[in-house]
Amino acid sequence: MTEAVSGLAERFTALLGPGGVVTDPVRLATYECDGLTNHRARPALVVLPDDGAQIAEIVRACVAAGVPYVARGSGTGLSGGALPRTDGVLIVTSRLRRVLEVDVPNQRAVVEPGVINLDVSRAVRADGYYFAPDPSSQQICSVGGNVAENSGGAHCLKYGFTAHHVLSCEVVTPEGEVVELRADDPGYDLLGVFVGAEGTLGIATKVTVKLTRLPETVQTLLAAFDSIERGGTAVSAIIGAGVVPAAIEMMDALSIEAAEASVACGYPPGAGAVLIVELDGPAAEVEHQFAQIRALCEEAGAFEIRVAADDAARALIWRGRKSAFAAVGRISPAYLVQDGVIPRTALPRVLARIDALSAESGVRVANVFHAGDGNLHPLVLFDDAEPGAAERAEQVSGAILDLCIEHGGSITGEHGVGVDKARYMPRMFTATDLDTMQMVRCGFDPAGLCNPGKIYPTPRLCGEAPGVRKGVHPLVEQGKADLF
Amino acid sequence: MTAPDEPAAPAPAVPELPKLLDDCVHCGFCLPTCPTYVLWGEEMDSPRGRIHLMRQHAEGAPLGEAMVGHFDACLGCMACVTACPSGVRYDRLIEITRAEVEREHDRPLRERAIRAAVFALFPYPRRLRALRGPLRLYQRAGLDRLVRRSGLLERLSPSLAAMERLAPALGPAPRLPARVAARGGRRATVGMLTGCVQREFFPGVNAATARVLALEGCDVVIPPSQGCCGALSLHSGREDEARRFARRTIAAFEGVDAIVVNAAGCGSSMKEYGALLADEPAWAERAAALAGRTRDFAEYLAELGPRAERRPLPVSIAYHDACHLAHAQGVRAQPRALLTAVPGLELREIADPDVCCGSAGTYNLLRPEAAGELGDRKAANVRATAAELLVAANPGCSMQIATALRRRGADIAVAHTAEVLDASLRGLDPRTLLARTT
Repeated sequence: MTEAVSGLAERFTALLGPGGVVTDPVRLATYECDGLTNHRARPALVVLPDDGAQIAEIVRACVAAGVPYVARGSGTGLSGGALPRTDGVLIVTSRLRRVLEVDVPNQRAVVEPGVINLDVSRAVRADGYYFAPDPSSQQICSVGGNVAENSGGAHCLKYGFTAHHVLSCEVVTPEGEVVELRADDPGYDLLGVFVGAEGTLGIATKVTVKLTRLPETVQTLLAAFDSIERGGTAVSAIIGAGVVPAAIEMMDALSIEAAEASVACGYPPGAGAVLIVELDGPAAEVEHQFAQIRALCEEAGAFEIRVAADDAARALIWRGRKSAFAAVGRISPAYLVQDGVIPRTALPRVLARIDALSAESGVRVANVFHAGDGNLHPLVLFDDAEPGAAERAEQVSGAILDLCIEHGGSITGEHGVGVDKARYMPRMFTATDLDTMQMVRCGFDPAGLCNPGKIYPTPRLCGEAPGVRKGVHPLVEQGKADLF
Repeated sequence: MTAPDEPAAPAPAVPELPKLLDDCVHCGFCLPTCPTYVLWGEEMDSPRGRIHLMRQHAEGAPLGEAMVGHFDACLGCMACVTACPSGVRYDRLIEITRAEVEREHDRPLRERAIRAAVFALFPYPRRLRALRGPLRLYQRAGLDRLVRRSGLLERLSPSLAAMERLAPALGPAPRLPARVAARGGRRATVGMLTGCVQREFFPGVNAATARVLALEGCDVVIPPSQGCCGALSLHSGREDEARRFARRTIAAFEGVDAIVVNAAGCGSSMKEYGALLADEPAWAERAAALAGRTRDFAEYLAELGPRAERRPLPVSIAYHDACHLAHAQGVRAQPRALLTAVPGLELREIADPDVCCGSAGTYNLLRPEAAGELGDRKAANVRATAAELLVAANPGCSMQIATALRRRGADIAVAHTAEVLDASLRGLDPRTLLARTT
């Protein structure tokens, strides 16, 4: 522990009590990674504050000491966005879990950042509302994490991402100032900049979320196809017909196998792909469109179509899909979860290329995707006990991202860039693009102490290492950039 | 992944350990169902964090105070096993770990003394019985109220105070015969485990279990040679002691179609006998056979199918899922089905049914503070149902929740599923169930 950190430890113990500060190396190690385990770093110090005011004090103390800090919610992120710094403080928000206010007539709720996504819906369900963003980890991921990553989920096809459901945030800025960013503020949309900034522009300490009315009806069907191509054809046909389902999800044979092994979801045996289509809204509309979707699936060659008769049957259909990532643990000792985006119409072509990649390298790839918006989640399987297997898997995983870029897509749909994909950013953006983005970051965080090392492959503008910057930045000196 | 500067991993004491640890993919789906994570919001007091600690230990980190403290804090409720999509056998992991803690770790004197007392008392029905007389006298003389007001025990030892608080009001304890004959045509011959706490503190539950089984056409064999099943020892890492109890239980119960168990913790440990005695050639097969024939009371009746007439029992019931029934044995639907089949009975669900009430075997004696907080949460949810009767299939849960409710100034009548069914089969007035609190 450096002198700066031990000084902070003392200060934080006075602020939070001994139960709020972790200094023991064995305990600290349990925080070394989030949901992505192939990047690990043992934090120098972990703090567990109880409220936003404490977070502000912690941040101010870190800034004063020149110590980097990282915020973490439930630790379920899949891009290493909450990966700690070995020389820094990890600020865990899991004790900030109060639903502070529910305002049903105005369809909003104010929650602390550690509140679990699903708990927001639970708090308002009796009133006929819910919180729409539904990442697969919604039973445990935190609202603060959703804000940082601009989380989506199966239903973001119709309802949008977290950004569309956040009305305001109380934020501790990277310099320790407490500000309120609101969607309806005139001028620059700073809330828009903050949501999805992966924890690099400050820490949300209160989030006002929009509540969505529970739909009058929900209808879910599961269609089984003998191949991914046929499933893909059905997806294009459904979207082409002008229907906007709440969700269209596809799983391939390997991911079905994993889900069956894990939760026995009972999908039709022998399916090369299953499509889950959910419609919600007014009963008359849903009924009409549901018949349309059924017909389109049959036309595309579905060999079995199941309609969920009730909530329990619907839950079973979704259980297979929502547990798919973790379920892959049943059929493979280790795996990488990839997250890329392609235009919907490119689906069959890209999948064929992924198949070819898999065959060439001998690395198995299971595919799960939000088919409606072209968001792929290939799961690259490997045995970590086998020398070189992790590297091969990493190569295949990277090649899949190249495919996405080649087809006009993106290197991440919803998991974020974090530390995992920082190295892929130059494949999508020029050096000038990246510099420009970093100018925004420096506007918020001139000292470069707030979640450093994430998103960008190299911290170009703020100096190579985090810490208080000295002197004038070269770009500023050359008149290419201004710092305010 | 191991950092290069960490010490080389020693050969694991349990060969299956590395594989069991590797199954965890660190997704965090276990966190919201873990009682200690719900209480404290700390990674190292979550299943995922504890598995991380186990891995650190497997890779060479010593079993220090910090590590052992987090293992001890686990209630062993197995809610994480239900929640885990990757199929991690946390139940095996914590059992292996606890056994290792018992072997390797030197506990402070005070802790050792409390543990020694608990394990010298609870698994021994005769010793519990010896305690009944003085305890009844103590309760009747009103000394209990006096002692609680004084706070004396609390200062002396929070564990002792917890034991005192949790002790149920004792009535007479009828002895059961070695055999109860089936009524009507005999459909099966079943063995019945009488348990330790169940037998001495809730004798009515065993009597009701035997009556219901007999009324449903079972010859009920109650071997007098049976003792503790070893659940408390097994779940606390005292493996040798658990094996001793297991062997005795196996010997007592050979020759019946099924062994019906009305205490969730006992049933779940008996179903694990196969794994417990796998390395003992003389016992492995017999252990696996007994494990295969062990059934929870509700599970058995659901398999057998109803024959006796259910008479109306107009009462509202909050049904509590005992962790060792719901999570460890996967028995959730059967008790609900049995209860709702009783005419006039209204079943109410308790919010957050997956989260433990804090009883957890000896947990409420060894970690009274955390157990108390969990008890309070459960009590609030039970109270919100406004049901007249609390039904649970584990004596520990009943004592724990009733005590927590009493702390809030709300008494609730408690009963075991068997007692409710018994009342219906015999056409008793529901008031006989509602008159009693623990």
